[in-house]
Amino acid sequence: MDTANAHVAEAHATEAHEHHEQSFIRKYIFSEDHKVIAKQFLITGIIWAFIGGMLSVFFRLQLGFPNMSMEWLRPLLGGWITPTGQLDTEFYLAMVTMHGTIMVFFVLTAGLSGTFSNFLIPLQIGARDMASGFMNMLSYWFFFVSSVIMFISFFISTGPASGGWVIYPPLSALPQAMSGSGLGMTLWLVSMALFIVSTLLGGINYITTVINMRTDGMSFSRLPLTVWAFFLTAIIGLLSFPVLLSAALLLILDRSFGTSFYLSEIYIGGEALPNLGGSPILFQHLFWFLGHPEVYIVLLPSLGITSEIISTNSRKPIFGYKAMIGSMMAIGFLSFIVWAHHMFVSGMNPFLGSIFMLLTLIIAVPSAVKVFNYITTLWKGNIVFTPAMLFSIGLVSFFISGGLTGIFLGNSALDIQLHDTYFVVAHFHLVMGSAAFFGMLAGVYHWFPKMFGRMMDARLGYVHFWLSFIGIYLVFFPMHYIGIAGFPRRYYSFTNFDAFSTFADLNTFITVAAIITFFAQFIFLFNFFYSIFRGKKAPANPWNSNTLEWTTPINPGHGNWPGEIPKVYRWPYDYSKPVNKEYAAKMTQEEIDKMPDFIPQNVPYSETLETNLPEENEKIKLEVKEDDDTIVVDPEK
Amino acid sequence: MNQLLIGLGVVLLFLILGLLYKISVMIAVAKKKPVERPDDKANNINGILMLLFLIFFGGWAWISAYNSFDDMNLPVASDHGITTDTLFWWTMGITGLAFIVTQVLLFTFSFRYRSRPGHKATFYPDNSRLEMIWTIVPAVVMAALVFYGLHVWTNITSEAPEDAEVVEVMGMQFAWRVRYPGADGKLGKYDYRKIDAANMFGMDMSDKNSYDDFTPREIHLPKGKPVLFKIRARDVLHSAYAPHFRMKMDAVPGMPTQFWFVPNKTTAEMREETGNPDFNYEMACAEICGSGHFTMRLVIVVDEPDEYEKWKKEQKSWLSKNPEYMSQVPENLKEVALIASGQDTTGARLSEASF
Repeated sequence: MDTANAHVAEAHATEAHEHHEQSFIRKYIFSEDHKVIAKQFLITGIIWAFIGGMLSVFFRLQLGFPNMSMEWLRPLLGGWITPTGQLDTEFYLAMVTMHGTIMVFFVLTAGLSGTFSNFLIPLQIGARDMASGFMNMLSYWFFFVSSVIMFISFFISTGPASGGWVIYPPLSALPQAMSGSGLGMTLWLVSMALFIVSTLLGGINYITTVINMRTDGMSFSRLPLTVWAFFLTAIIGLLSFPVLLSAALLLILDRSFGTSFYLSEIYIGGEALPNLGGSPILFQHLFWFLGHPEVYIVLLPSLGITSEIISTNSRKPIFGYKAMIGSMMAIGFLSFIVWAHHMFVSGMNPFLGSIFMLLTLIIAVPSAVKVFNYITTLWKGNIVFTPAMLFSIGLVSFFISGGLTGIFLGNSALDIQLHDTYFVVAHFHLVMGSAAFFGMLAGVYHWFPKMFGRMMDARLGYVHFWLSFIGIYLVFFPMHYIGIAGFPRRYYSFTNFDAFSTFADLNTFITVAAIITFFAQFIFLFNFFYSIFRGKKAPANPWNSNTLEWTTPINPGHGNWPGEIPKVYRWPYDYSKPVNKEYAAKMTQEEIDKMPDFIPQNVPYSETLETNLPEENEKIKLEVKEDDDTIVVDPEK
Repeated sequence: MNQLLIGLGVVLLFLILGLLYKISVMIAVAKKKPVERPDDKANNINGILMLLFLIFFGGWAWISAYNSFDDMNLPVASDHGITTDTLFWWTMGITGLAFIVTQVLLFTFSFRYRSRPGHKATFYPDNSRLEMIWTIVPAVVMAALVFYGLHVWTNITSEAPEDAEVVEVMGMQFAWRVRYPGADGKLGKYDYRKIDAANMFGMDMSDKNSYDDFTPREIHLPKGKPVLFKIRARDVLHSAYAPHFRMKMDAVPGMPTQFWFVPNKTTAEMREETGNPDFNYEMACAEICGSGHFTMRLVIVVDEPDEYEKWKKEQKSWLSKNPEYMSQVPENLKEVALIASGQDTTGARLSEASF
């Protein structure tokens, strides 16, 4: 039961893996190694996160300090600052739009799934790499090109897409309606089409890898919850992103080829357009058929990461492992049949609204189960507050706060008033924005040693966590008040309306909190890049974790394990497993106390007689047999 | 020059912070303290912070919500708005309870079970009964909320009563326009191809119901009577949103929508209630529609029913204000148009006499 034996010395790793030296380009740029690709996704995601965050600071300044001169932004924004030193009203919308697009797709889909699905799936299931390394490489480079195109759209004279991240036509279809719907929108659509290709290439790979490449003994009922989450996320993405592509294609046809899928009876810019018979509602259905599952594409990986981290750092098995999987499956399934709750007041048939309200509120049940399971995992634990653990607890807190407000919004009768108000903004920023972000940060802190072979500074992590956690609550908690008061989203200013003349102070407060939160992220940025090069060298298994990635060398090379891939004998959550009655009688208290509080997945039951349950002792015979079988059955070996 | 100084200042600040960090790392190394993995002290501090966060954040949330409570509660001025507000606060009560219980458990457990010397975790992988309970309880509560919500929603979205006052609300970049059906109670047909600078609704002059339609600058509504908004848009999506009436419905080009409700407080009553002599009901746009999205304000005035009738009578028809459109009226309807639009007062007298 000596876990240290499981780790092969680093020197041995490089020795055993002495295939041809790869060129710099093949190793770090056009790499097919899942670990390098994961880092590429992560660093691109971090860059995008800072761009997206900076945009939010700019438009929060407009909302919090409407009279402030923005002249100082002219070097950066140029003509988008009006001659009187104010932010251009349309550029305000462009920033809101790009903030949403960047955060939802580039950071929390590509940056999150792309990083952790790539990094963890092969390492945690015991595979040498992804099913198709080449497709995996393409997945990143499609994302890269998509990113470049989206970035370029900031610098064109008509500005980037400005019709909201949901790009509802006719606004997004007609350049006459706003200048951002011209070239900016075209670039948005091209970029997103490439992005979808990237997501699909990645998703197919994740699914295939999980199904086909698990190591011996790694049955689905022994998969870590991270892998379950990535697996389900990939399935959801594979089923829903093509629908967004079709929605985008029809929009491209409407924009450039004179079709009328979404356009009908429009008089704009002094002329009546010839389009007849199209329906803007059709677009909304198609968009939200992706758009809602997208919420779970963003959130599920974070929930998976959190499950793993909370269990490890509570030194307890995750409570209700099967219920966790079941609730993720239920959420994944339900996510496909709730999309129209974004459309209660779109003019859709109210009866349809009733159905979608019913289905939407059902989703609260598996979500509640997850929350209760997290809390029970903490109960009677032995909680080690690593930065990753703090961010995971923060995630659960956000998931509760933001999830509960979903019960208001899913109720069509309440949605009449709350739809498209700041209540919605507060809701999704907590439940999918901040929660998913915290999952991502938790993942970075937790797996950084495996990614870079060095440790991040925990103290900086603490400061980063507490500033972010408190900051995010100070931003989004009072935002609910503004929402309950009925303030609409995407407003440049509220001064035109008597009904929205209150809360100027609160808006200022939120802006200040948002700026502090944003700047707290630079602590992370410093910690991240500093630790890559100067961090303390990581031990083999810094968090005393059970999953397979910690059995690789500290800096795993191509193929992950230098020798054979370890076999798996048990589930990944054998933390603080008690000594069974038989051995408790034989052992002294001191001996019991000295036993490690974790049993990695690759330790067979035959080596843990002290803690085995009676039914697990039965499995010892099978272990031996299984080992024999592999030799006999597999002719290649 | 200023910018350069600020830039230099920022660089200097970062250098100082970096230096401080280096020093702290060296001290930690000298003291042989692990900087990457929490020791007992770090665990203790973070555990206590968890508890402090619960107390201070909980307190702050309560106080700030309490202080903002009056601003949050926009006065309600429609019958169905009262029911949705009730539903809202019921939901708030239930979710508020769940919020408090779960957050308190989350942070107190984090504090209570923080790792410390001699402390051990309890192996506790599952408990079917517990899991059944917390699956069924939320399911039952959700079911209750769903049925309550369905009931309210079905009432709100039911057919408008026959006698509802009809008002057409049209969204355009960047204003709301309204049209009333006039004395005949029927809105004339429209065709978006007939829209021009004056005929903003694209009213069809071959339909005789159009002639008495009038297009005021604000909406007037009678208190206590059902009103039906017929909502459309002529360029992009808009959303007719009247917060005091708890009404919102998208305006969709090519697909008319509607929303009916009963306003139950006049503007004058509301001025008294809020103590604001300048109070006005407003309609805003709730669907992003372009650069002027935030400017689409329309005043709604709720009158006593008799005042409302009086106001309605005073309104001049659109056709009478734009007599040049008489040329679009078919020959055989010219006389009807003159009479209905109120341009030919002799005709009006004649017709009154003849019927």
